[in-house]
Amino acid sequence: MEYKAPSSIDEAVMLLAQANGKAHVLAGGTDLLVQIRAGFTKPTLVVDVKNILELRTISVADDGVCIGAAVTGAELGEHDAVKAAWPGLVEATELIGSTQIQGRASLGGNLCNASPAADTVPALVAASAICLIAGPNGQREAPVEQIVTGPGQTSLKNSEFVVQFQLPKKLPRSADAYLRFIPRTEMDIAVVGAGVNLTLDKKGICQQARVALGAVAPTVLLVEAGAKALIGSTLDDAALDKLRAAASAACNPIDDKRGTVEFRVDVAGVLAKRAVLIAKQRAEMN
Amino acid sequence: MTRQHVTTEINGEPQDFLCDAQETLLDVLRDELHLTGTKEGCSSGDCGACSVMVDGRLVCACLLFGVEAEGKKIETIEGMAEGDKLHPLQTKFLEEAALQCGFCTPGFLVAAKALLDRNNNPTETEVRYWLAGNLCRCTGYDKIVRAVMDVAADMRGA
Ligand SMILES: Cc1cc2nc3c(=O)[nH]c(=O)nc-3n(C[C@H](O)[C@H](O)[C@H](O)COP(=O)(O)OP(=O)(O)OC[C@H]3O[C@@H](n4cnc5c(N)ncnc54)[C@H](O)[C@@H]3O)c2cc1C
Ligand code: FES
Ligand code: FES
Repeated sequence: MEYKAPSSIDEAVMLLAQANGKAHVLAGGTDLLVQIRAGFTKPTLVVDVKNILELRTISVADDGVCIGAAVTGAELGEHDAVKAAWPGLVEATELIGSTQIQGRASLGGNLCNASPAADTVPALVAASAICLIAGPNGQREAPVEQIVTGPGQTSLKNSEFVVQFQLPKKLPRSADAYLRFIPRTEMDIAVVGAGVNLTLDKKGICQQARVALGAVAPTVLLVEAGAKALIGSTLDDAALDKLRAAASAACNPIDDKRGTVEFRVDVAGVLAKRAVLIAKQRAEMN
Repeated sequence: MTRQHVTTEINGEPQDFLCDAQETLLDVLRDELHLTGTKEGCSSGDCGACSVMVDGRLVCACLLFGVEAEGKKIETIEGMAEGDKLHPLQTKFLEEAALQCGFCTPGFLVAAKALLDRNNNPTETEVRYWLAGNLCRCTGYDKIVRAVMDVAADMRGA
């Protein structure tokens, strides 16, 4: 295995494009090193992207927030402006692993590892995050929900990688929230995850909504029927019941010792509803 | 393939080493540099026995390639005491029997120091969450948590 740590996007693209054999981007390595050790992947080249400024920078502007794909969970959790604007995304990120894992784990790695249970992905999808992707044909943009195509599979083409996540301008009376269910309180992988992003008007009527679920299907789900149940309502019990039913109906989960199908389907509805209530409370305050 | 030359600083001293690209920092510390205080429990990021500081961040040495240490400042358990003078956490762990077999202890000490260096007034809940990535099969954790809380109290008193 060869290791390279380029300092520019172009150099990284070139290294990836010229690789013979399996090449992997390396961000925090908290998935990749485990997989290499387990023999699941045997790269001949690893391209460490942590020395590339664009992937390590968080920038906050009037038209939104940009988060470098290799920014660590710890760095994001310490960024007050992002925390204030996107508390749900930050809480999803901070759920990843332990303090030690937080020191390395990135949003880019969490997305591109393509685990159905990745915690930040429902939060990114709910937030309408867009990926900036670099590749041999220049840069392109794609919504986060188009990246993962199945467990361990992405739509990224050879030698493409994610540079940064662009979050839209934060509207007044808007907020996001993320909740997950795990059988213990720390250090576990989601049995269900639910991300929600809402915009209310002055009267408290929901104008926009995005609802995304993790760990209940081969990829993260954007539940449009759930959003529809909320938009136009005051998020009253009737709307929340409809949302809960829509979230449960969207699920197509696995059955394992950590959660039966029936349990995951039910919990997805419950968590979606609770996440809406948290987002609502936050939206009313800003 | 040729081994890569890596220049770092370990526990305040410049340190060069040669390593293969796929060797982890944990492999390098233990096998190359004979700094065997950093332990290997799981090699998958789950146990925290390999906790070290890299540029001021607590990380698992088993989840880092040795070559990633280029230009970085690394702190290991070997740098915690000043000569014969133990760090207050080390002293308190001994006084309060916060260890039995001791295998997890270097990792807990490095992780606990990282916490107290940024917050000398943590709640018990904060201590438990901060240390959730460090596993101990012997103590049941209570004595470890208490020792960390007591050192924090001493730091605030001093
Ligand atoms: C003990 C432990 C606990 C964990 N707990 C959780 C948890 O609670 N929730 C959770 O969701 N995950 C968890 N994880 C998994 C992992 O930490 C996360 O998925 C993390 O976000 C991965 O980020 P990374 O930077 O370490 O990725 P890496 O390991 O560097 O990369 C992961 C994959 O993505 C690719 N990749 C990385 N960056 C890019 C990029 N910019 N563009 C294209 N491809 C890229 C890599 O080639 C690799 O295939 C845990 C892992 C461990 C070891
Ligand atoms: S050996 Fe690194 S976390 Fe267990
Ligand atoms: S003292 Fe034995 S593992 Fe902790």
